[in-house]
Parts: sequence; structure tokens; C-alpha cells
Amino acid sequence: MTELQYKETVVFERPTALTPTQTTYCPGCTHGVAHRLIAEVIDEMGIRDDTIGVAPVGCAVFAYRFFDVDFVEAAHGRAPAMATGIKRSLPDRFVFTYQGDGDLVSIGMAEITHAAARGENITVIFINNANYGMTGGQMAPTTLPGQKTTSSPTGRDVELAGYPIQMAELIASIQGTSYVVRRSLHDARNIRQAKKAIRTAFEVQKRGLGFAMVELLSTCPTNWHLTPPDAMNWLKENMLPVYPLGDYKIHDAVKSAGI
Amino acid sequence: MPAKGKIVVNDFYCKACGLCVSVCPTQVIQLAPERLNVRGYHPAEQFQDGCIACATCAMVCPDAAITVYRLTPVAEQEA
Ligand SMILES: Cc1ncc(C[n+]2csc(CCOP(=O)(O)OP(=O)(O)O)c2C)c(N)n1
Ligand code: SF4
Ligand code: SF4
Ligand code: SF4
Repeated sequence: MTELQYKETVVFERPTALTPTQTTYCPGCTHGVAHRLIAEVIDEMGIRDDTIGVAPVGCAVFAYRFFDVDFVEAAHGRAPAMATGIKRSLPDRFVFTYQGDGDLVSIGMAEITHAAARGENITVIFINNANYGMTGGQMAPTTLPGQKTTSSPTGRDVELAGYPIQMAELIASIQGTSYVVRRSLHDARNIRQAKKAIRTAFEVQKRGLGFAMVELLSTCPTNWHLTPPDAMNWLKENMLPVYPLGDYKIHDAVKSAGI
Repeated sequence: MPAKGKIVVNDFYCKACGLCVSVCPTQVIQLAPERLNVRGYHPAEQFQDGCIACATCAMVCPDAAITVYRLTPVAEQEA
């Protein structure tokens, strides 16, 4: 009897908008998933030659090495200001920022807020991992009440350090914005939904419909002191109640564009 | 009958995080017990048949290390 022959069809492969480089992220860190999703969207829209990324300060400081598109590196928190300048001078390019919660919600709070208020036609990918990853896991504005970090060793005390800032809700309340949603990277189903949102955010920019931000709940297994699978569960159980997933702003113009 | 598939993990990118192992519905992935990649990680590998090409592993892989294939039987050619 002869063995059955099989035809092989690729169902999934590494996107070409990622460079053939090992990233600097820790094993199991979902920064890598967010990168892959952005690269998949760039591939699917065929915009690799027309995209300019703006990298943050934080673990994603080397993002420009990992994407095979043009990239600049912003000063800490200033990515939305840099993206504003680039988009206004090169309006036919797709300009996106990639920022952590220390970068976007602490030192960069002014830049993101005003870029949103101006309704800049840029795409913001915001990675919320509830701490400062790069510098050793300090408390961020997004750290959960009671969460232990290196600078809140007994847990975040809201009397002392305030409450977590819910960025998607805050930015959505600004009149100038067009598309503001929160998604999560803790399992395959949510990752697929995150990709759809990233695609929509780029489609909004393509049609000149204004400011789009996708907040992505993300893991930091290293500073959370958890294995990568346990970090996925920790996100699901602890972050989802504080950061509900959802569409916080979809402007009528985005709705009627059918994207 | 579920689809038949296989995965190939690119050792160069894999960091042995184990996420793919933890999500595979048919449990056909392991971290290679005897093999190391250039960074000293035990890379993930498909160690037995049963892959259904669902791509759940590839979806959670932070290092885009996994290629997923669907396998379809080819009709026997007449001689
Ligand atoms: C002006 C300035 N202030 C402070 C720092 C130190 N610093 C580097 S990264 C970082 C925060 C990073 O956290 P986040 O944006 O959440 O990104 P993550 O590393 O978690 O991805 C800080 C405070 C700096 N590099 N520059
Ligand atoms: S420190 Fe945290 S956020 Fe930074 S790469 Fe490692 S796991 Fe990811
Ligand atoms: S998810 Fe990716 S990086 Fe992690 S063990 Fe599997 S193949 Fe390796
Ligand atoms: S494609 Fe699905 S069944 Fe096949 S190895 Fe990956 S997770 Fe398992």
C-alpha cells in the first residue's frame, strides 16, 4: 500500500512587515503579539512602503528594528507630537505611534490628550501592562489598586497614589476623537478582535477620518513574576474588571464609512 | 472529521515561552526536551500527530515563530 500524499497549504505565517530579527522582549511578553498584529495589518493593507512608525521610550524603544517600515524614535511620551508633525507634512503616509502606559499616561499625558483634542489623523497603539516594564516594574498610572510593584511594595494605595487612569474612556470623552476602543491580548479570540480593531484604526486614517486609538491590555510576565500562561490569566482576572473591553468612541463618520 | 494540519516552529525566533503549548486544543506541542536553540532556549515543536490547523498557537505566539499548514490528501495519480 502506498502512503497518502498531502498537499500543504499555509494557514498562517510570519508577516513580512516584521524584520527577520529576534526581538528584545522577554519570553511570552505580549508586546510581541501587538507587533505581529500591526505587521499583519500593514501586510494585508499593502502599505509597507507608506507607513511611518513612531517608537516610544519603554520596552518598545527598539520597535524601529522590528518593523520593516520607516520609523522614528520619539523622546519619552512625545510620540503623538512627533506623529502630528510627520502626518501634517506627509499627509499621504500612514503614521502610527506605539506607546506603553508609562510613556502615554505618565510623562506623555499632555501630548496624547492634545493630539486627540486636535483630532490629528494618526493611529495610536497603546500598550497597557499596568507597570513600567523597562525600568524594573515600577507603579504606573495604570497600576491596579492593591497591585504590588517595585515602587508600591505593599500594593498600590489609592489614598496615597490615586486611582488607575482609564485611558480609553478619558480619550473617548474628547470631542476631537473618531475611533477609541479597548481590546486585550490574553487569548487567541481576543487577539483576533484586537487585530480587527487595529485594522479599523488604520482604515480610519486611510479615509482621513481623524484620531484613532486602540488600547491593548498586555502582559509583563517578568515584572509580574508570573509564567507567560499565568500572566495571561492574571490579566484576564485582574485587569478586565478595571479596564472593561469595548468601543468607547465610534464617530458617526466612521460608522457611515462602514469600516 | 477535523481538518488535518501541521506546524513548523522557527527555532531562531522561539523563546520557549510555552504559550503555544498551553493553548493547543489537541496538545501536540512541547518544548523540545533535548534540543537548544542559539539563545539556549528549548524551542517549541510539534511532537505528535493530531494538529487540526486551528492556528491558535500561532495567534498567541509573541515571536511570530510558528507557520501553520493545512494538509489535504492528494488523489492517487493514475500510472
Ligand atoms: C525623560 C525620561 N524620564 C524617565 C525615563 C525612564 N524610563 C524609561 S522607560 C520608562 C517607562 C516605561 O514604561 P511603559 O511606557 O509602561 O513601557 P513598558 O516598558 O512597560 O513597555 C521610564 C520611566 C526616561 N528614559 N526618560
Ligand atoms: S519587562 Fe515586561 S513589558 Fe518589558 S519586555 Fe519584559 S515582559 Fe515585556
Ligand atoms: S509561543 Fe512562540 S515563542 Fe512561545 S514557545 Fe511557542 S513558538 Fe516559542
Ligand atoms: S494549529 Fe492548533 S492544533 Fe495545530 S499545533 Fe497549533 S494550536 Fe495545536
